[in-house]
This record gives sequence, structure tokens and C-alpha cells, in this order.
Amino acid sequence: MKETPLSNCERRFLLRAIEEKKRLDGRQTYDYRNIRISFGTDYGCCIVELGKTRVLGQVSCELVSPKLNRATEGILFFNLELSQMAAPAFEPGRQSDLLVKLNRLLERCLRNSKCIDTESLCVVAGEKVWQIRVDLHLLNHDGNIIDAASIAAIVALCHFRRPDVSVQGEEVTLYTPEERDPVPLSIHHMPICVSFAFFQQGTYLLVDPNEREERVMDGLLVIAMNKHREICTIQSSGGIMLLKDQVFRCSKIAGVKVAEITELIQKALENDQRVRKEGGKFGFAESIANQRITAFKMEKAPIDTSNIEEKAEEIIAEAEPPPEVVSKPVLWTPGTAQIGEGIENSWGDLEDSEKEEEEEGGIDETVILDDTKMDTGEVSDIGSQGAPIVLSDSEEEEMIILEPEKSPKKIRAQTSANQKAPSKSQGKRRKKKRTAN
Amino acid sequence: MAGLELLSDQGYRIDGRRAGELRKIQARMGVFAQADGSAYIEQGNTKALAVVYGPHEIRGSRSRALPDRALVNCQYSSATFSTGERKRRPHGDRKSCEMGLQLRQTFEAAILTQLHPRSQIDIYVQVLQADGGTYAACVNAATLAVMDAGIPMRDFVCACSAGFVDGTALADLSHVEEAAGGPQLALALLPASGQIALLEMDSRLHEDHLEQVLEAAAQAARDVHTLLDRVVRQHVQEASILLGD
Repeated sequence: MKETPLSNCERRFLLRAIEEKKRLDGRQTYDYRNIRISFGTDYGCCIVELGKTRVLGQVSCELVSPKLNRATEGILFFNLELSQMAAPAFEPGRQSDLLVKLNRLLERCLRNSKCIDTESLCVVAGEKVWQIRVDLHLLNHDGNIIDAASIAAIVALCHFRRPDVSVQGEEVTLYTPEERDPVPLSIHHMPICVSFAFFQQGTYLLVDPNEREERVMDGLLVIAMNKHREICTIQSSGGIMLLKDQVFRCSKIAGVKVAEITELIQKALENDQRVRKEGGKFGFAESIANQRITAFKMEKAPIDTSNIEEKAEEIIAEAEPPPEVVSKPVLWTPGTAQIGEGIENSWGDLEDSEKEEEEEGGIDETVILDDTKMDTGEVSDIGSQGAPIVLSDSEEEEMIILEPEKSPKKIRAQTSANQKAPSKSQGKRRKKKRTAN
Repeated sequence: MAGLELLSDQGYRIDGRRAGELRKIQARMGVFAQADGSAYIEQGNTKALAVVYGPHEIRGSRSRALPDRALVNCQYSSATFSTGERKRRPHGDRKSCEMGLQLRQTFEAAILTQLHPRSQIDIYVQVLQADGGTYAACVNAATLAVMDAGIPMRDFVCACSAGFVDGTALADLSHVEEAAGGPQLALALLPASGQIALLEMDSRLHEDHLEQVLEAAAQAARDVHTLLDRVVRQHVQEASILLGD
């Protein structure tokens, strides 16, 4: 299914709002949406919510033989899935451009920055190493997938515990969690991606764009950083032209945001650790189930209510008075009536103008018109006698032509008995003249 | 890699260059007769070929046509013999897909695509030998090929990579310097306006050093521009002599 296109009105509205430094969800330019991290019962499983964007992260491990050129290093593998569950426009099982871009960005952010000590994942050099696999699933798409995914990946990695192994001579023993406590991975630092959306050729900049904003943006700059203010990845995308100063400004903002997010992650991890140690309840069932509806929940937004009364009065004073309410049906012209609220209807005017036009056009038909008037008068008479014609307006010339095949004949028969009345051919001639006019 | 000294006390790099020095660049335009535009570039030992077809009618599904501008289609492939280890497939893996995307993005920004609505421009790049700075070589070769095809652009797009070792920014990294695992930054610049068409960075670099590295890469890109400009002028001169003006 194709994505519903954004209408021009909506596009203009969004851009206008951005120009006025306003965002639809009430955030400031540099604000993130609310971040929520919840953990599953297993180690290495988490859901990260960034506003309405949700990403599920799951880490798993396996003993494999190492790559030939890196005999003493463990293997890290990242995979992000964009399922149709998240948005109807995603196609399952296809490597779209977006997916390639996101996957490579994650790889570069987490693997190339060496945030995980891969040498500690070696069991027997050249024989057995741990392969750590990070699977990320996008559950709901509301923009800024990369930030949510990078947070989910690093949180899942921090939360993960691998089974302990011991090597005695040639023998490798793998311990179950009951025998020995599983060990955490050694993580040097936590790189986190921060996205900046650019609008109007780089004039306006927003942090953490949501889906709507992503649709109207010109380009995106992603900066991954850790809390020591070390840049791990920079990637610009979209057809924007950046200037050096913009890059520096973004890196400064990213530094602040990353510090905030890192703190949040650490708090969440500690919290989960404590709950597990105390033997309390944990897992998704605990953290998510009490909200029945999760996709369309409304988030609380702070609203300034200090001078709301004055504002309301101002608006009322400025506004136009509402149109008069008509409680009884009013008949403006025959055939049109009005009841209730609304603007005065203009159907009556329309008919008047038509009438005028007709009269203007029909000057040279007057002789014939006279005939028809007499004719229609007759018709109405007949109508009262049981024929299907009920109309009695004076200028129904077309009526004769529009009649079903039978009735005009009938009329002719009757009228010819009374007087030398206009024939069908006359009616036709009249019609021709009309069209000529 | 601990024993490898990337920058000596005297300020020389492994291959004898100074910190801000580029490798030798040689380039030629119009190397193929069949294509609308083509170019070949050597940056040190990195060798790349670029071929441009278009602007022509949309190939494949018509629905891809854009009503207001041209579609830029880029394909990157590197020869199986281009690296130290033999590659299995020349293209189709994640890395080359990404490279193709980045090239497309760079040239969508640089080519005046709105002049050719509902048409398509194909850029095919082939790396024959990869010795560091493949992205930069590809962009530089493609710029020349696009110019050879006579497609209007805002400006040259000049790309260069830069690294950071012991408090010094190094321009135009070779394969050995890249493999050492330090930070690397790739930059595609429009030299006249100083606008950045693409910026990409890997590995860890402290924020405070970003300016220094970015400046080194920008300076190197401007140097590349002077060289490419000379190549274009020379090519035009030769072509005009051949035409008998």
C-alpha cells in the first residue's frame, strides 16, 4: 500500500508553523519527545518509545567461528526491520533505500565507534567467538526512527547478559544461568544518534522531527555522540546544502541532548536492576499492560493557562457575530426553504438571474412564446385531469420536449381539437433557436 | 597496529606526505565513446571510472518519473580485484548500496535537476583499485563525467577525506591510514559557495577537534577543485582544437 500523500494545504501549514517557530505537538525547536524505556523479562530485550515511535530491541548470542582476518574478535551484527505493522508504506522483505541507510547508520554508529569490546567476546582464538546479534523491530512509525533505534540498540546491549564460559586446556564449558550468573558485555561508551531536520534550504532547524515534519523537511543531519562529547558518526542526507557553522551548532546541541538521554538510560537500567534484585515484578507485562490502548494514547502537554480568560475574551470580541438562527422554516422563493443555522441561501437569486437571461435571449421568439404560454396553460389543465404532467410554471418550454414519447401526442390531439395549437415541430424549432442563443 | 606510526616527529606521514598534502591526482575526461560522458581518475593508487548517460527518458517503470525535476540514478561497484582480499560480489552488498545512495544524494544536490523534468540521469561508477578515499575518488570522477556529458551543475563537486592523528588533521587518507581505525571524515564540497553537499564521519572524534578536521577536509577539497578545473579546461581546449575552431 502506498503512503497517503500529504496535501499541499497541509504541507504549507506545517512549513508556516515551522517558520513561526511552532510545532504541532507543542514542543520547542530543540525539544525531544518523551522517551520511555521498558524492559522485557529476558535479558537484552527492551522497548523504546520516542513519542509514538516504538522500537523493540532484542539481543541474542551464539558461539561461532571467527572471521579469517579477525581471529580474536567477536562478531557484532545489527539488523533493523521495518515491518508493515509500523506503517502501511513499508514493504516486507524488501531492502528499501531507507532501510539500507538506517542499517548502515546503526552499524557505523555502534560497530565502527568500537563501543563494545569485541576482543572480550573471544573464547578460543581462531576457533570460537561470540556472535552478538542485535535485532531491532520498528513497531510504530511516527518519525525519527534512527534515534529511537540507536537508543533501543544500546539499551538492549547494556541490558544483555551472555552465558559464562570457561576454557580448560582444549575443553570449553558453557554454563547455564543456574550454574553461573550470566555476564554483561563490556561497553566502553554509549553512542546515541540525534537527528536534525532542515527546512527551507537550511533556514530552519528542528530536533527530533516527527513523521509529519519528516515529510516536509528538505534534509536530515544525524550526529551520533557519546556523553564524553565524542562524535561517533555524522551523516547528512537529503538534498540540502549545509554550511560549516550549521554543523558546529548541531554538534553542540547534540552534546547536550546526548547527556540528557544517557542519564535517562542509566536511570532506567538501574531501576530495572534494582527491581530484579528485589524480586519485584518486571517485564513488559508489568510496564505496558495497564494501558489498554497504546497507539493512540494522548500525551500530557503543558499548557499555559495564566491569562486564558483575557485571551478568550479578546477572541470573542474580534470574532464576527454568528449568523442569525432561523428557528422556523423560511421560504425565500418558491421551492427553496431554510431552517436552522447557516448563511442565507442564494438559490432564489440564481433562479431570478436565469429568468432574466432567458427573457433577454427570447426577444425574437415572443410570438412563439405566446403560443407556448397558451399551450402550457392547456397542459396544466390536462394534468389536473389525470395526465402525468403537474407543472404549471409559465415558461416551461422544454417541458414539451422532455415529456415521455406518448404525452405530447396526447396533448396535441387534445389541443388540436380545441384550437390550432403549436405542433411538435414548433417546439423543436424553438429549441434550436435557444441553442443558437 | 600499535607499532605503526602514522605521523613521524618530523611531521611526515607513512607515504612521505605532509599532513595537509594530497596524493597525486591524474584525471582524464571523455574516455569512452559510447557514453554521454565519462571520466577516469587516479588519486594515488585509488583508481575510479565514471560513466554518465542522460538526461534521457525514464527507463523501467514510468511511475518513477518526477514531474518537476530529473531522477538521478547512481550505481556504485568496486571490482572484485580492487581490494587486498578478493571480493565475492562487485555490487549489491550493504556498503555499496550505501555508497550508491550517497553518490545519488551528492549529485541530486549539485546537478540542476529542475532543468530536466520527467527524465533520468544515470551515473555508474566503478572502482578499479581501492587504496583509501574511494568515496572521494568516485565523486571527483563522477563530477568530471557529468561535466563531460554537458549536464548543467551548480558548481564542481569536490570531495576529499580527512583523518585525525596526534592532534593533527590529515588530508586525503590512504588505505593504511584508514585501516588504523582513527576517525575519518568524508566531505563533498561546492567550492565556490563553500556549501557541503555531503558530510559523513566515522569512529570517535572529540567535538572540539571537529572544526580542525572539517577545515582540513574543506581545504583539501578546494585543492582538488583547482586540479579538476585545470583538467576540464585542458579537455575543452583539446576538444576545440579537434573541432577545428
